[in-house]
Amino acid sequence: MAYDYAPFPYTRPPGLTQQEQRHPVVIVGAGPIGLAMAIDLAQQGIASVVLDDNNVVSVGSRAICWAKRTLEIFDRLGVGERMLAKGVTWKVGRNFHGDNQVYAFDLLPEPGHKYPAFINLQQYYVEQYLAERAQDFPDLIDIRFLNKVTYHTDHGDHVALDISTPDGTYTLEADYYLACDGAGSATRARMALPFEGQTFEEHFLIVDVEMETSPFGNHDTPERWFWFNPPFHNGQSALLHKQPDNIYRIDLQLGPDTDPKEEATEAKVTPRIKAIVGDTPFRLDWMSVYKFRCAKLDRFVHNRVIFVGDSAHVVSPFGARGGNGGIQDVDNLGWKLAAVLKGDASAPLIESYNTERVHGSAENILNSARATNFMTPKSPIEALFRDAVLSLAADHPFARKLINSGRLSQPCDLAGSSLQTPGDAPLRPGFPMIDAPLTGPDGPTWLLSQAQGAFTLMTAGTTPLPEIDKINRIGINQTADYPCFASVDGHAETRYGKDKIYLLRPDGHVCAVFDTPDTAPIIAAHDRALGAST
Amino acid sequence: MILDDKLGSHADAFYNALMDCHAGLTEAQSHALNARLVLILANEIGDLAQLEKLLATARKTGSPEFSGS
Repeated sequence: MAYDYAPFPYTRPPGLTQQEQRHPVVIVGAGPIGLAMAIDLAQQGIASVVLDDNNVVSVGSRAICWAKRTLEIFDRLGVGERMLAKGVTWKVGRNFHGDNQVYAFDLLPEPGHKYPAFINLQQYYVEQYLAERAQDFPDLIDIRFLNKVTYHTDHGDHVALDISTPDGTYTLEADYYLACDGAGSATRARMALPFEGQTFEEHFLIVDVEMETSPFGNHDTPERWFWFNPPFHNGQSALLHKQPDNIYRIDLQLGPDTDPKEEATEAKVTPRIKAIVGDTPFRLDWMSVYKFRCAKLDRFVHNRVIFVGDSAHVVSPFGARGGNGGIQDVDNLGWKLAAVLKGDASAPLIESYNTERVHGSAENILNSARATNFMTPKSPIEALFRDAVLSLAADHPFARKLINSGRLSQPCDLAGSSLQTPGDAPLRPGFPMIDAPLTGPDGPTWLLSQAQGAFTLMTAGTTPLPEIDKINRIGINQTADYPCFASVDGHAETRYGKDKIYLLRPDGHVCAVFDTPDTAPIIAAHDRALGAST
Repeated sequence: MILDDKLGSHADAFYNALMDCHAGLTEAQSHALNARLVLILANEIGDLAQLEKLLATARKTGSPEFSGS
């Protein structure tokens, strides 16, 4: 069934009548990134105004692949379980060359995690769930649809905005301006910031098809199928995903010399889909023809204006690193901005968002550019090498690993960042937490659900954890006067070891590890993670 | 013979470097580069018995369906 794009209501903003008090945070853009940002801040008691020039969710499925780490972040924001329930879970990818399977990979071969490697869920559902979740914070989240920012000026200690609405224009002031206004960011354009990188010449057709019969054939379990030289399409590649509501995503590489307007028509698309699914009845739900870019800003933090998500960086879609990268931006910035606004940290902590997420987005761009290069050979020699890899892959494991149809989104390792205190442990400082099943006083739970959202000391051993101001504690397989849980199936001990104490950031990254419960080094590591100079 | 994976986590970086090495060359120049590369890598391996096995493996894999598409 086609999604019902009900418009969000517009209400007349108070600023039209009289100047509003300066807001702590204004968020420009009510897509997945802007909405997640508002919820993250609200959960920490920080109020924001969200401005969007539109009043409907994403038209078309757009971002559909949500990675495990993103789901864990969405769990902290209160929408993870709803997304998991609606989404199509998958973890296996298969690569074909012509009719033959050349390589399959399992992205989450081990049990003991709340969330799977990936779910597929249309961006419009993600935005709907986030918008509904935002309604849980009526005093802290003020979403204003059909409010278009036409100008902004950074005054050093605040940002002033001009906004146009159906009822006229008004001005607004905020301590911080978060530009979550997407790949075509008007904020970025106003500031004339260079947004440079690699543009790929190939056109790709993206189609959502609704059909009852699965095009995965006898495979009941949804997977990610990728073809090099597909038998049903005269082009270099094709990609197939399942989405909820019996909608299938089909990506077809069209080559550099096509007319995108002509290709994105029912007359041109229908025969292409029939070539794949045969005479099975189907309905075209959405289609679009794209060229891809990999590009980013040099800096994401420009004094009081901070870029988050696609406004800061764009990637080709192979690897699902766009939306997932943006949600990691939110996760990284939320606790830092809240700490600064609450006076728990000073403004330089925000600079660490710049350092850590420029690093993360560079990694995403590197991986997605390599994948796109592999599947779109630019010369006969590149095509020759690609085909040599595919032909060797049938027999040789090393060649299978060279096949690149997208290196799927992985959480970013922040080991090099100054917020972390170097140390050695099964999970080293900089890495994001690995989930583990637990049982507690209220029954079964998960480590990530218990630990994320605040600085937390955690151990899976017997050492008692010291009481330190502003740091939560979680004990695993011990009894104490702070929350304690029993490990299930030994996963927590295996993943964290029994003789280490971990200090976790609110975004679930390990920031320090300790062998003993001495308070001084823990306090020093906590101060360092809040940006104190070291 | 089945070849072990020795590139490990560097597989993508190597492939990228190989493509960069060919960037801007004509097809004939690229074939000449490949020939030089084979000879250089053979010298690095050094062991004739091993090289003969690798030559046979490469020859066996090549089949008409995979030639230049």
